[in-house]
Amino acid sequence: MAIRERMSGNEAMAVAMKQINPDVVAAFPITPSTEVPQYFSTFVADGVVDTEFVAVESEHSALSACVGAQAAGGRAMTATSANGLALMWEILYIAACSRLPIVMACVNRTLSGPLNIHNDHSDSMGARDSGWIQLYSENNQEAYDNMLMANRIGEHPDVMLPVMVCQDGFITSHAIENLELLEDDKVKAFVGEYNPKEYLLNKENPISVGPLDLQAHCFEHKRQQAQAMMNAKKVILEVSAEFAKLTGRSYGLFEEYMTEDADVCMVVLNSTAGTAKYVVDQYRAAGKKVGLIKPRVFRPFPVDELTAALSKFKAIAVMDKADSFNAAGGPLFTEITSAMFGKGVVAPKVINYIYGLGGRDVRSGDLEIVFNKLLEIASTGKVDSVYNYLGVRE
Amino acid sequence: MAYNLKEAAKKPERLTGGHRLCAGCGAPVVVRQILRALKPEDHAVIGSATGCLEVSTFLYPYTAWKDSFIHNAFENSAASIAGAEAAYVAMKRKGKAKDETKFIAFGGDGGTYDIGLQALSGAMERGHDMLYVCYDNGAYMNTGIQRSSATPKYADTTTSPAGKKIPGKMQTRKDLTEIMANHHLPYVCQTAAIGNMKDLYEKAEKALYTKGATFMNVLAPCPRGWQYNTPDLMELNKLAVETCYWPLYEVIDGKYIINYKPKNKLPIRDFLKVQGRFKHLFKAGNEYMIEEIQAEVDKRWEALLKLAGEEA
Repeated sequence: MAIRERMSGNEAMAVAMKQINPDVVAAFPITPSTEVPQYFSTFVADGVVDTEFVAVESEHSALSACVGAQAAGGRAMTATSANGLALMWEILYIAACSRLPIVMACVNRTLSGPLNIHNDHSDSMGARDSGWIQLYSENNQEAYDNMLMANRIGEHPDVMLPVMVCQDGFITSHAIENLELLEDDKVKAFVGEYNPKEYLLNKENPISVGPLDLQAHCFEHKRQQAQAMMNAKKVILEVSAEFAKLTGRSYGLFEEYMTEDADVCMVVLNSTAGTAKYVVDQYRAAGKKVGLIKPRVFRPFPVDELTAALSKFKAIAVMDKADSFNAAGGPLFTEITSAMFGKGVVAPKVINYIYGLGGRDVRSGDLEIVFNKLLEIASTGKVDSVYNYLGVRE
Repeated sequence: MAYNLKEAAKKPERLTGGHRLCAGCGAPVVVRQILRALKPEDHAVIGSATGCLEVSTFLYPYTAWKDSFIHNAFENSAASIAGAEAAYVAMKRKGKAKDETKFIAFGGDGGTYDIGLQALSGAMERGHDMLYVCYDNGAYMNTGIQRSSATPKYADTTTSPAGKKIPGKMQTRKDLTEIMANHHLPYVCQTAAIGNMKDLYEKAEKALYTKGATFMNVLAPCPRGWQYNTPDLMELNKLAVETCYWPLYEVIDGKYIINYKPKNKLPIRDFLKVQGRFKHLFKAGNEYMIEEIQAEVDKRWEALLKLAGEEA
C-alpha cells in the first residue's frame, strides 16, 4: 500500500534521496534548496541512511566531490538553486562528458542579478546545453516521482548521463501538499544497485578519468555524448512505464491536458501548469476549446513527439519563465519554434510570453490574457506581436 | 625499515615512463618518489589539477598512471579526491569496497595557492582521509610562465615581466605551508627532492599513513620558468634548501620540527644566480633587490626557528 503523506517539495525530494540511499551527498546551502541537504543530514545524523554527507565549502566543490564520488563507483547526489548552479557550471559539463550519472535536485530560483531568492527558470534554462538530462515537476508528487526515476534513467548503459530534477522554488519547494510515497523496499527494488562497469575503486582494473582529449578524439567523444542524450528518450519512457505499473502514476515526455479537440494551446513548465489547468477548466466550462501542454522532459528535447502534438492547433503560446535576452524570445519558445520549423510544422501561429521573472506572481487572470489572445489569433489568423511580456509594468 | 634509495627505486613504478613532462622538470621526480612510499599492496586513487602534470601524463588514449587516476578541473583536485574518499567510506560501510585504498590529490602552485585554495581548505578542514600534495614550481608554467601567489618577489614571468619601470613581480610569496599548518591538520610538511630523497620519501610515508587530511608542499623546479640547465634540477633543489629559501620542516599535530638546519647557510644569491628569471637582479644598480630577498628569507627562517622553539 502506498503511504499517504503531506510534505513540502523539498522534503519530498529529500525523502526520495533517503529511500535511494546514495553513497555520497555533497551539497552547500542556498535558498530555496537548502532544506534538501538539511533534511538529508538529519537522516545521516539519525543513522537511517548509509550515505557520507559531505558539507562542502561551495557548490563548485559540491559537484566536484560528486564527480569524484561517482567516478569512484558510488552513487552521488546534490541539491542546489540559482547562483549555486551557476557556480557549478564548469563542472556540469565535466560531469556530463565524463558520463557520470549524478542526480541533482534543482530547486528553480532566479539567477542573480539582481539578487532575488524567488522562482523563475533562469538557472536551469541556462544549463540546458550542459549535457544534463532535465526533468521538470509541476508539484511535490512529481518532484518526488522524478527523483525516484532519475537514477534509473541516468545510469542506464545506453545513457550514462547526469540528471537534473527541477521544481519551482518556494511555490512547490516550500508548499506542503498531499502526496503518495512508495514504501522503502519498493523504492530499493525499483532503483536497484549501481554497479558501473569501470570505476576508480576497482583495484583489479584501475582506470584514468578526465583526459586531455585533443583534435584526434574529442569530437568522437562529444558525438557519443550526443548519442547518449538521444538514447535517453527511449529509456525515460521505459522507466516511466515501469514506474506507472508500480504506482499507477503515468509520466511521458510531456503532459497533454484537454488538447484533443483544442483550437489553442499553452505550453508551460512546472508549477504554473497547475494554475493554467484551472484556467483551462474554466474556459472549457464556457465552451472555449483551449488546452495545455506541460513538458516534463526538456533535455533530451522531444522534437518529434512535441511537434506532432502541437501541429493540430491553430494558435500556441509558449510560456518562458526565463528570458534569453536575445531580443527574440525565451529558451522554450525558440526551441519549440525551431523544432516545428525543422519538422515542417508551420501551420500553427506561435507566440511567446516571458512571465513570472524574479518570482512575480502568476495568477489565473494573467493566464486568461494569454488564452484570450490565442483565441483571438485563432479566429483572425493574425499575430500582432510574437515576443511578449506578461504581468510586468512597462 | 630504514630508508634506502636503492631499495625504494626497485619498487615497480606507479607513474610510468613515456609521460611528456620536460627533461629537468621537478614534478615527475616528486610524484614518483611519493608514490614509492605507498605500500605495494595498497590501491591508490590519485587526482591532479589541470596543469603540466595532468596534460603530460594523461593524453587520451594514453595514461602514465598505474593506479586509478582522475582529473576534473583546475581548482578542484582536492574536492574531487574528497568525493572519491567519501564514496570509499560509504562503500566500505556497505561492503562494496574491500581493498585498502589511499587517496592523493596533486596540484601545482597555481591550482593550490591560487584558484584551488578554497577547495583545498574545505577538504582539509573536513578531515577526509587523504593527502594533498602541492608541487610548487612558483608560477603558472603550463600556460606559459605567468605569475602566481607562489612566485618569489622580482621573478621575471610573462605576467610580471622585468620591464624598464617594473622589475618583475612586486609582491612576496604567499606562505601556503603555514596556511595549511593553521588548519591544525595531523600532518603538514614542506620538503624537496634533495640528496637521496630520504626527506621526501619519509614525509610521504608519514603523510600517506597518518589518518586524516594531510598536506605536503614540495618544491618542484621548472627548467622553462626558472631558466636553468636541465641537468641541474637536483642542484636547484639543494640550493633552495641550503639557502633556507625552502626550509625542510614538518608540523605534526601542531608541533614544528625543522628537519634540516644548514651548518653554513648559503647566501640567497647562490640560488638566484643560476636562474634566468632573476637575471636582471644581477645588473649594476639592482643589488638592493638581492638584499631585499635575502632579508625576507632571513626573516621567514627566523620565524620558523621560533615556531620550532629553536635558536637562530
